[in-house]
Amino acid sequence: MKEFISLIIIIIFTGVIYYAIGPVAKKVEGHKFIPNHHFTYSDIPPLKLKGNVAKGKALVFGAGACIGCHSIKSVGIAAPMSPVMAAKTYGVVPPDLSDAGVLYSPKFLAAYIANPVKAMLLQHRYNAKNGKVFPMPAFAGAGGNKQQEIADMVAYFKSIAFTKKISPKTAFVDSCGRCHAIRFDKWTQIGFIPKFKNNLQKLKFELKVTQYQKALKKYKGSLPPDLSTILESRNKHFVEGFMENPQNYIKNTAMPRVGVTAATANQIEKYLFQTSNPEHAQRESLGRGIMIYLFIFAFFAYLWKRSIWKDLH
Amino acid sequence: MAHFTKATSLHDWMNQRLGIDTVRRVMATEYWIPKNINFLWAMGMVLAVTFAMLLISGLFLLMYYQPNIHLAFDSVNDVIMRQVPFGWLFRDIHAVAASIVFLVIYIHMLTGIYYGSYKKGREMIWISGMLLYVAFSAEAFSGYMLPWGQLSYWAGTVITDLFSLGSLHAEWLLHWIRGGYTPGQPFLDRFFALHVVLLPLLVIGLIGLHFGALRIPHVNNQEGEEIDFEAEAKKYKSGDKKGSKVIAFANDFMSKDMFVVGVYLIFFFYLVLFHNGFALDPINFIPANPMHTPASVEPEWYFLWSYDILRGFSTNVGLIAFAFAQGIFFVFPFLDRSPNAKPASKRGIFFLWFWILVIDMTGLTIMGKLPPEGMYREVGVMFAYIFIALFIILPFITKFEKKV
Repeated sequence: MKEFISLIIIIIFTGVIYYAIGPVAKKVEGHKFIPNHHFTYSDIPPLKLKGNVAKGKALVFGAGACIGCHSIKSVGIAAPMSPVMAAKTYGVVPPDLSDAGVLYSPKFLAAYIANPVKAMLLQHRYNAKNGKVFPMPAFAGAGGNKQQEIADMVAYFKSIAFTKKISPKTAFVDSCGRCHAIRFDKWTQIGFIPKFKNNLQKLKFELKVTQYQKALKKYKGSLPPDLSTILESRNKHFVEGFMENPQNYIKNTAMPRVGVTAATANQIEKYLFQTSNPEHAQRESLGRGIMIYLFIFAFFAYLWKRSIWKDLH
Repeated sequence: MAHFTKATSLHDWMNQRLGIDTVRRVMATEYWIPKNINFLWAMGMVLAVTFAMLLISGLFLLMYYQPNIHLAFDSVNDVIMRQVPFGWLFRDIHAVAASIVFLVIYIHMLTGIYYGSYKKGREMIWISGMLLYVAFSAEAFSGYMLPWGQLSYWAGTVITDLFSLGSLHAEWLLHWIRGGYTPGQPFLDRFFALHVVLLPLLVIGLIGLHFGALRIPHVNNQEGEEIDFEAEAKKYKSGDKKGSKVIAFANDFMSKDMFVVGVYLIFFFYLVLFHNGFALDPINFIPANPMHTPASVEPEWYFLWSYDILRGFSTNVGLIAFAFAQGIFFVFPFLDRSPNAKPASKRGIFFLWFWILVIDMTGLTIMGKLPPEGMYREVGVMFAYIFIALFIILPFITKFEKKV
């Protein structure tokens, strides 16, 4: 009985310390809990107008002037310049629009076309005061009803999004990968590191990455961090909330609101988790085995103790 | 020269040369332990098992770890965690064991204090145990430097800063310890050398001393009873195992130890496999960056109580108070002037003293984690004063203790 009380006392003290320096301390330290809103973007009005795909296509290729800068690989439109050249020109590669219709929330896409800086919540970086202008101009309208024209373009992007279900890797590469590297998966801002035949090829590739990063750094103020261990250094809630609204977490960060849908965000997270925790499945199955073994071990140890101590008491 | 005969068996051959029967008798079958003990007496074995796991997992980590400021982070977080088969398991075992070993050390220490197991010839057991505590602390700190993350870098900066000794401005000492003005390659190299060579050797040597120190005074028991080990051993050997107050180390004591170890391992591996976040600080998953100070640099939970004493005062006073807190446990056997080597429950006011100490150290640990502002600072300072006061009054309250 006494022995049992000693054990209880130890468990209580250990538990008190565990909870006090864990969850309680976090609360006190002013890690204010910032609620996430599941990528609903409530500040953006819903997209009411129904778009016309054919008209949207005409706008994208014509008055909208999208393909002057953007590639749409799914319909055979290649990028007008190399990644390094694009970064030197714009700061970052303009995204390929093949999957834009599924990666991003449609209403965000509409708000973005109308006013990119406002949609991305980057007014602190691009405003009349500092005279800085975001590389993508706001869509001024093609003569008709501007809201209808935007809805048409959004409808077109949705119609060409060739993969309705985006893979985790594609979700990351398309939404985050032009600014963030993942060295654990050999991803650089200009692509996955290929197999090199010789050192010259390697150096050429590294030169391109370095040039790209230099331009990106100038564009963003600092090089966006490599995200290999982001889920470990932050946590799931932070990563989700940060994607949804970066300004909520880091005031005046250069990171834009990207406007991904909840499904895309989910895939991005999956990719981040798979990259930093490839052992996860093995941990589960091996873990179960280890625990079962240890229960058997403890049980036999108990039987051994009892068989020996029955002669002692 | 000894006389050797033709061996009748491998056992006999070994026995003639190594005296394995004698070793077995002295170390196991006739190494006498009191019977009146509880599971807290198994903490030594729990610690030995935990240290063995640290040693084995550490050896595997060492095979892949790169002590280079450009490679260290990825050699841990990419190579070991992602590429090496079961590397993640060894890393998680190592990290969790490094944290849990301190929990068991504190339980072991407080058990020793509660039962008066540092008195009447057992002083060297206590002192060698304290040396082990210091060696483990150094081992934990140096190990934390190795992944070369933000916490490695900044905790390394803050802790080595202590060696400039406040107003003494001993910058020469600080730079000598760091191997430079700020932590860099020489810094990582030296903590690597300490962590994988010198300190483990020291720990192993001290474990030998700790075990050796037990030999003559013997293990204490639940009632602090003085046992005539020779007479009781005779009783045991004559077959009166039930009547004897002693048991053999193996298999009697060992069988109980192994059961406790078995239960402990269930808890331990549950943490390793499914709940290891507490042992891996998120900040250390960001590569070291000398240009960017993280928002908060906090010591691991097991250093919090002394950290809170350090930061409760101004720089110089804090350093002295910190040194006091670290050093005072060494002289514990000499501060306790009581004639009794009994459990605290039989020692009147000392019983109260003991629980105040436990609550005070728990309080210091919690306050050490909270920001040193407003109420938390004041409460922390109060706990620090109580800690110091407890050790000042200890000789007086124990001197007037009645003999029981």
